[in-house]
Order: sequence, then structure tokens, then C-alpha cells
Amino acid sequence: MVAGGSSRIRLVLFALKGGPLFILGLMVIGLWITTEGHVFMTFGNVGNVLEQSSGVCIIALGQLLVILTRGIDLSIGSNISLCCVVCTVVYRDSQSAFLSIVVTLLAGVTVGAINGLLLVKGRLPHPFIATLATLSIAAGVALYLANGSTVVGAPTIINKLGGGRITQIPGAGKIGWFPYAAIVVLCFMVVCWIILRKLVWGRWIYAVGGSPEAALRTGVPVNGVLISVYVMSGLSGAIGGFLFVGSADAGSPFTGVGMELNAIAAVIIGGGSFLGGRGHVLNALTGALILGVMHNGLNLLGYDPNWQYIATGIVIVLAVELDVVRAYVENRFRSLQAKLA
Amino acid sequence: MTATPTAAAPVLTVSGAVKTFGAVVALDGVDLEVHAGEVLALLGDNGAGKSTLIKCISGVHKLDKGEIRIDGVAVQMTSAIHARENGIETVYQDLALFDNLNPTANFFAGREVAGPSWLPRGLRWMDQRGMTTRTRELLDRLQVRLPDFDADVALMSGGQRQAVAVARAVAFSSKLVILDEPTAALGLRESARVLELVRRLRDDGVAVILISHSMDHVMAVADRAMVMRRGRKIGDAPATEAHQEQLVSWIVGARGGTAV
Repeated sequence: MVAGGSSRIRLVLFALKGGPLFILGLMVIGLWITTEGHVFMTFGNVGNVLEQSSGVCIIALGQLLVILTRGIDLSIGSNISLCCVVCTVVYRDSQSAFLSIVVTLLAGVTVGAINGLLLVKGRLPHPFIATLATLSIAAGVALYLANGSTVVGAPTIINKLGGGRITQIPGAGKIGWFPYAAIVVLCFMVVCWIILRKLVWGRWIYAVGGSPEAALRTGVPVNGVLISVYVMSGLSGAIGGFLFVGSADAGSPFTGVGMELNAIAAVIIGGGSFLGGRGHVLNALTGALILGVMHNGLNLLGYDPNWQYIATGIVIVLAVELDVVRAYVENRFRSLQAKLA
Repeated sequence: MTATPTAAAPVLTVSGAVKTFGAVVALDGVDLEVHAGEVLALLGDNGAGKSTLIKCISGVHKLDKGEIRIDGVAVQMTSAIHARENGIETVYQDLALFDNLNPTANFFAGREVAGPSWLPRGLRWMDQRGMTTRTRELLDRLQVRLPDFDADVALMSGGQRQAVAVARAVAFSSKLVILDEPTAALGLRESARVLELVRRLRDDGVAVILISHSMDHVMAVADRAMVMRRGRKIGDAPATEAHQEQLVSWIVGARGGTAV
């Protein structure tokens, strides 16, 4: 009987882990049925959802790496704004796509590196402080560079990546429906997956998140790992910035305002633990897609767009409750194991 | 390493260890030695200096005075990692496990098997299968049975976690394992399993220093017991029924005694 209980708990744990994916599935099916003329599931709309979520997907992946180490990157929204502005300003002034892309990548990574260095070398007590400071600084630099207004015109390749559709994939005739942006997301996801699951680097990220104290004692280069995740988050800001610039053919210093909250919410909604050490790339993507589908669905169903914020809040609470239940079940499981031993 | 270790040479010799924290003298000239295949119990009341002593041995604290020899060679312990490189592993009460990782990942944390070697360590591709196989072999050798080998350590019972922590300590051919209160948080049955594990370590030729408040457990598993009080070594005696009374009186300080 005890053994039966153990396997039942195992099943419940498995279900809880898959919870966010299940919620996403329910939302998709629900919208498919309820939207007028099943418009949600048309090629055009699915393409729109994918393209609109792509930026948040990218920065959610970056945020995941940070949150895995018990950190938080509040600067990611401002970093997006900065990268959008840098990309378009450098392109406007140099007319060189290459230069624009390289400088933008550098800008994003630099913001990340500053975050990491402030935290580790500056010994700021919590990443909240360091990234709160860079949130403000990066936003200011973006506004300054853009003179407070939108800079129009982006490199062609960026426009294609951020706003283009792949015409080779059949479905929506000559215009195409599947966005290049989704491919960018997939590539970045694979990179993050390899880092987290296959490389020593990823093992260290989980180790630092699981127990910073034990990580130090076992010789994991904790400081290097911490800096590296903020750099990766900064990189995600640059890539996300490209997608936003591309879809608008313009860079605005306000693009990323408040977006750090979307990135953090995506990770948490997707099932990553805010306490660090738990979460996968799929969690981040699921969370970002839940947000995207919700946004799109509320629109299609004709709700006031402001409902989106309320709904986001509710979903966050639901997702974290799932995590609380998971922790409880794990505890039960542990005491069962002790009895079995 | 110049000296050739002989069978008789102790794995670890501490002589004249002194450690002060401000005005507090935590260690006041302590001597200790432990041989391969021997379980030495370290006894004493709270504040007797046991923890300070093992922290000095495991590289957490630096001795103010005195000498630590490993296999007869004097060693300056500079850090926990340095001690580990010298074959000294310590299992603290908090176990220092990664709850979010499985036993294999815990075993190899900070020393992952990965390649190719020309890459920086962090960018190397992990040999997960190799690490899993080695973990499995070691757990089999120590007869540690886990219901679910791939589960996160968070899902394991106190005894299983202790077993994983102890197994990790001996995973990399260490000479000396220090166990700090390994049975303190465990029930009867799980305690018995951990004690069994300690015996197996000894049979494997590992030297073990065991800190415990349970005289029963010390009697059950230790070969020799050393008693400390107020930073000094009061005495040491074989851990047998015949000496139990003597050991207890040393601990509580009923009879100030000298070494037997």
C-alpha cells in the first residue's frame, strides 16, 4: 500500500510539473472553440501570436538563466529599449547592417556584464539593486541616444527576422504565415538547452541556484557563473531587441518599458521556481506563450485590452500556487521514502 | 610528496593544534592521529572544540599553531578545496547537497567529467553516461540502495540523503572522511543504515573521524574514541564496553584524567 502511495505521488508530481503546459493547451483549445469562426486557429493568427510572443520568449529564456541562480534581472526591459535604439541609430548614421548588429549585441552584453560585475565585484547585496540601477541607467541612455523619440529604419535582415514570414512553409499562400522570429526563438532555445543540459556551465548554474554555499565548497566558480548568467540575459536583450526593431522597422526608447515584468512572469508562470535551481527552457517558453495567447485571445474575444494585466496577475498567482502544491507533495513523498527505507 | 607512506604511518596526524578566536581559546594544544581503516570517534560536550578541530583539519579554519601531517607529510591547509585535493572529505551536518540535482550530479558537482579538454571548463560537454555509471558502481560497492536513482535529492529521505553525502565524500579515493553528527537527524532504522555504511568505509581502508553525541552509535561503530574538553584532549581509549564508563566520565569531567 505504501509503495502504491509512492507511485501515485510520483504521478501527481509529474502532472504538477506539466501543469503550465496543460494550461497552455487548455487555453489554445478553449480559444479555438470560442472565437468567432474559429479565427484563433487560422494560420494568420497563429503566425501573429508567434511573432508577437517572440521577443518575450527570448528575454524569458535569458531571465530563466538568471532566476535559476536565485537572481533577477530587472534591467532587461530597459536593455531592450537601449538595444532597439542603438540598432536603429547606428544603422541610421552608418547605413551598415553589420555595424548596427555588432554594436547592438555589444550594448546588450555590456549591460548584462555590468549587472554581473556590480553584483559580484561591487558586492551589492542583491541582484535586485544592481539591476534596478541599470534599469534606470539603460532607459536613460536609450532616451538620450534617441532624443526621446522613435528612430525609423532598420537593416533589411533585421526587418526580415523580426517581421518576415517564411513563404516556403505552406498554409497562407504567397505571404506566408510562419514568422522568422519563431525560428530565432527556436535557435536561442536550443542554445540555452545545450548550455543548461549538456555543458558543465549549465550544471554549475543549477548548482549555484540549488545551494550557493555548497557550490562554493565543492569548487564551483560561483562568481563566474553569476556574471555569465547576467551576460546571457543581456545577450537575450539584444536578440529580443532585434525582433522588436524588425517587426516595427523602427526603434523606440519606450519599447521595453515594463517588459522585465513580462519576462519574469513568463518564467514563473511556466513553472520555474523563484527560489532558484528549478526550471527548464520549456518552462520559460510555455510561460511566454501563455502570456502571448492570453493577450491575443482577450483581443479576439473583444475584451478591453486592460483586462490583460488583471489576467496576467491571476495567472501568476495560479502558477505559483501550483509550485506551492508541488513543494507540499514533495515533502509528503520524502516522508514516505523514510518509511520505506 | 617525498616521504613514502608505510602501513604503520597514520593517515592523519595533528600535533599541538592551537586555535584562538579573539580571547576564546578554542583549541589548546590538541594531538590527534587516525590510521587507515580506523574509525575514530570524537567525543565531548558542546563547546569542547570538536567542531573547531575538524574545521582546521578540513581547511575551513587555519591553525594558529601546530602541524597537520597527511601520510607523514606536513601540509598547510589553505582552503576546503585544498583539503579535498589532499584526500580529506568532510560531511557537515547540513550535508551540502544540491537538493535540485540527482545523486550523480551531486557526486560530480565541481568536478564534472567533461571534454574536450582544450575548451574552458564551463564550456565542456558533460559525459553524463560515464558519470552515471561511476556513481552507480560506487553506490553498489557501498551497498547504498536508492529507490529512484535519477530522482532529485530533494525527494529522498534523511537517511538516503546522508548516504548520498557520505558516498560522495568517498567517491574520489579520499583517505580520510570526517562525519559530523551523521545520525543526529535520523530515525532508528536509518541510523543503523548509516552506521553500516561507516563500517563499510572502514573495511574499504578509509580512515574515518566521527563526531557523535550518541554513545550507543560510537560503541557500535568506532574503534577508538577521543574525548575533548575546553579545547584540550582529555584522553583516548578503545571504544569498547569496558571503557564506556571512563569515556563518559571524561566527557562530563567527573574525573580529570590522563590518557590511558
